[in-house]
Parts: sequence; C-alpha cells; structure tokens
Amino acid sequence: MTTTADTAPVRVTGRPSAVRARPATRTWDAGTWVRLVLACLLAFVQLFPLLWMLSSAFKSAEDTRDAALIPEHPTFDNVVQVFTRIPYATYLWNSLLTSVLVTVLLVFFGSMAAYALARLRFRGRAALFGVVFSTLMVAMPVILVPLFMVVARLGLVNTYAGLILPVAFTAFPIFLMRQFYLRFPRELEEAADLDGCGHLRRFLLVVLPLSKTMLAALGVTTFLSTWNSFLWPLTVAKDSDLWVVQVGMSQFQNQYGGDWSLIMAASLIAAVPTLLLFLLLQRQIVESVQASGLKG
Amino acid sequence: MAATTPRATTAHTTSARTRAGREERAGWLFVTPATLGIGLFVLLPMALSLVFGLTDADGFGNLSFTGLDNYARALSDPLFWTSLRTTVLYVVVFVPGVYVLALVMALLVNGKLPARAFFRTAFFAPYAVSLVVVGLVWKYILADSTGILVQALGWIGVDSPPSFLGDPNWALWCVSFISIWFFVGFYMVILLGGLQEIPGEILEAARIDGAGPWRVLWSVILPMLKPITFFVLVLASIAGLAGLQAFDLIYVMTQGGPANSTSMGVFYVYQQAFKFNNVGYASAMATLYALALLAMTGVAFRITRGGRFDHDR
Repeated sequence: MTTTADTAPVRVTGRPSAVRARPATRTWDAGTWVRLVLACLLAFVQLFPLLWMLSSAFKSAEDTRDAALIPEHPTFDNVVQVFTRIPYATYLWNSLLTSVLVTVLLVFFGSMAAYALARLRFRGRAALFGVVFSTLMVAMPVILVPLFMVVARLGLVNTYAGLILPVAFTAFPIFLMRQFYLRFPRELEEAADLDGCGHLRRFLLVVLPLSKTMLAALGVTTFLSTWNSFLWPLTVAKDSDLWVVQVGMSQFQNQYGGDWSLIMAASLIAAVPTLLLFLLLQRQIVESVQASGLKG
Repeated sequence: MAATTPRATTAHTTSARTRAGREERAGWLFVTPATLGIGLFVLLPMALSLVFGLTDADGFGNLSFTGLDNYARALSDPLFWTSLRTTVLYVVVFVPGVYVLALVMALLVNGKLPARAFFRTAFFAPYAVSLVVVGLVWKYILADSTGILVQALGWIGVDSPPSFLGDPNWALWCVSFISIWFFVGFYMVILLGGLQEIPGEILEAARIDGAGPWRVLWSVILPMLKPITFFVLVLASIAGLAGLQAFDLIYVMTQGGPANSTSMGVFYVYQQAFKFNNVGYASAMATLYALALLAMTGVAFRITRGGRFDHDR
C-alpha cells in the first residue's frame, strides 16, 4: 500500500538523467516522505521497548503503572536496590569473566585452526574441514542434555571451566576465518618465510596482526553473544555464586514477580554494556554479520 | 579450495621434504586445540545423544538398554506432537516474517532516506540486548491490565483486549513476533550487504528505461538478491527449528504455557531432561530434532555446493 503511493510521484518528477542531488535534502518528493514515515514507524517499534525499559528503571514503585515515558518522580533507588537485594555485582563479574575468556579462546584457537585449514597442507585436511563444517548448524539446545552429561563426568559442573570451555570451541569462527584466510595475499606470508620463521612464529607475528580487523569483528560479536547467552549458564551453574547476569536476572524475576521497576532496573544494568559496545563498535559488528553471509 | 598451488609432489630434495614434513606437523598442531574442543563438546555429545536415546537413563547414572522404546514413546506422546506442531508453526511464521520485514528495512536504509545511519542503528538495536532482557521487557509491556500495550489499546477504544501471554491463541503469536522484532536487524544487515553489491549503473539503467521503483524492485533487485535470500531463508529456518531464539524467550515469558501452546521442541526436551529427569527420552527427542537439522543442513550444503551462497544456483 505504501509502495504504490511511493511509485507515482517518483516517476513523474524524477528526471533520472538530470543532476542527481545526492544529499537530497532540497528535493524531498512524496516518495521520500512516505519512506521517512515508514522508517519512523519501524524505528518506533524497534526502539520503544528499549526506551520503555530505560524509563521504567527510574520510575518509583507507585509510578510503575504510569503510561508516561518520562518518569514523574525519577529515582535511582531501583538500581541501588538491585545491587543490595541480590549479589548483582557478582553476576556481572561472572558474566564479564566468562565472556572475555570465551572470546579469547574462541578467536585465538578458531583462527589458528582456520589458518591451517586454509593455508597449510597436511593429510586429512579436507576430511577434517568436512567434520567441522557438519557441526556448524548443531545448536546448543539440541545437544544440551548429553553435553551436560559429558561436563558432569569431567567434574566441571558448578565451575568456571564448565561455564567457559564447552562454549569456547565451535565451528563458526573456524568457518568464518577460513574464508578470510583463503583470500589472504600470499606475498605477505612469503616475506616472513625469507626471514626463516617457523609456521607458529609466522602465524603469531605476521598473520595474526594482519587479520586484526577481522578478528576484532569476530571478537565483538562473540563477546556479545556470550554475554547474552542464557541456556548453557543456566544448565551448568546451579550454585548461585557462579550465576551470570542473565541467569541471575531470570531468577530475580521469580523472586520479585510484580515489581516491574526493579526488574527493569536489573534488565537495564544487564543491557547497558552490550548496548554501549554495540553503539561504539557498530561497524565491526555489521562487518562480522555480513562476512558470515556473503562470499562463500 | 587452495588448488592454485600444486601439491608438493615435486619435492624430491631433502630440504623440500623436511619443509613439507614441518608444514604437516604445523598443520596438525594448529588444528588440534579446536578439534579436541569440538570433538569433546560437540561431536561426543551428538554421539551420546544417539546412545542415551536407546536407554532409560535418568541422569543419576542408572541406565539400561531399552532399544527403540523412547522413539515409540515419542510417537504416542501427545505432548511431543504438540511441541512439534508448535515448532513448525513458529518456523512458518518466523521465517517469512523476518525476511519480508528485514528486506523492507534494508531497502529503506539503502535508498534515499534522511538520517539513514540513525535508522540503521535503530532497526538493529534490539539484537544487541539479551533475549532474557527482551523477554522481561516484553512481558512487562504485554502484562494483563497494567501493561502499556493494554493501556494504549484502551486509548483507541479497545476495551477488552486479549490476555496476550495468558491466552493459548495469542501466546505463540507474541513469541513469534518478539523473535522477529529481535532478529530482524541481523537479517537486515545481511540483506543490506547484498543490496550494496548491486551495481548502481544497473539500477540507473532500469530507471532511465522508465521502470518505477516497484518495477525495479521486482525485476532487478529481487532477482539479484536471490542467492542471499536463499541464504537468509536457510539460516532462519535452521535457527527457528533449533529454537535458538525461542528457548530463552519461552523460559522467561511463558514456561511453555499457557496450555503448552508455546512449548516448542527444544523447551519440551529441556523439561523432560532437567525437570522430570527422563534423560533417555529427552535424548531420543533431541536426536530426532538433530536429524531434521542435519538433513536441512545437508540439503543446503548440496544446493549451494559446499556453503557457497554467492552463485546463482
């Protein structure tokens, strides 16, 4: 419906061969207006829940049912309450520790394997890549039960190692980085060859520094998805000292059911780090998402 | 693959041979940590899932072989069929929904639009928040009588709104919608990458030939987006079937209810395993889902000739 309204004026007014004003601020035709209105509508739908969380986190208890977006009696009390009623700082620390270590392990060993699969000749390489690729779509929920059994047998339930190791080795970074290394200019490595570098030194000193951008993109998305993950930490850590922020929050909800301003304050605290990271490193995130889709 | 360099068969000098040997050793050294990790935490569980599925394992170490009993049990378990139906319904709503909306957003952001950077960020923003937070925020928004949505509906004259999360006819729609809301930015970014690869001259030529925007979209843009559309649909279907987005939302918002209307496959498996300690039965059901996923991945792999999505098939 919007598109038909969109079509007519453009066809009449748009003289394509004429000078196309790129910034297009002067000539806002009807089509641009329609697109702008549609974009505003969609942006509202996408942003409202986040703004509502922000606003509710600072509402006093009696204003929770209030429909105003700007709190009438803004208070910082909810945030303070979240930290005093439950060990929220501990949960945040656990999340931070887990996410950083998972990211480091996944990015480092993933790119190392990817480099070998793309560039080094060794027997069984093709078969190995086939096996790795076949696990690409195996999602956590599907192997959760037996994975828990394996981790329990290794004695890692209720440990940091149990939170970290089982999610620190997946096929995705290998797949992504392999694509990258397949198109990596060979001359750069050969320079290192002349210096008589071994393969490991060449990888650490030449290849890794040259893949910085890609590693950063992969690292940011890995950090975000680990920080935001819920199912595995919920399953492996029964001990509340080891709860990450997502688990702590879901239990907090059970405890303080109807107290929405408190729950929204807890949600906000959990969401702020990832939202900030997203706003600051949007380019890397977009790059990583697109790299996974494009260019096989 | 790296077929550009000939294999080291011509290496008859000793130095070349040792170099090949070193490369061989380095290759295995490099892949070992990741391979061990994937073997222990992905492949072994996959194999164990098959084994446990043939037993009555209860998660406390008791276990005896029961053959295909668990699979027979699944076929006669109405809750299994409910969960399967819910999963399929969810995928059927989620996949086209997220694709169409993501395409609209990508076209908007890629076209003539003021403040494009702002809109791109806004569309993508929900994806940066965790699903637990998303679930809680939407639960608050959709809450009966006090939620902001019910209040807003009251302003426009809807006096008896449904109980969004309490009515079996509504709950799954809400979960599907929230999944789309959350994931649409991710797919928008992928589609945007595809749109940006379409050469401007082609679009310009179509316009000079007098094609309107609607015509350009149908006859130029969509055909050129075909490979990436295929990729998005495959990815979204697999993610939907595996319950990637859905589990956290369901856990936080509905716990599978009301009346099991949101009890998707992965959630039912989780309940059987960790609530009722039926590890054997849960493993059998998980195996069924894993097989479905593997089949889908296999088909996608075949059609795209090894994960290459950049050629028109």
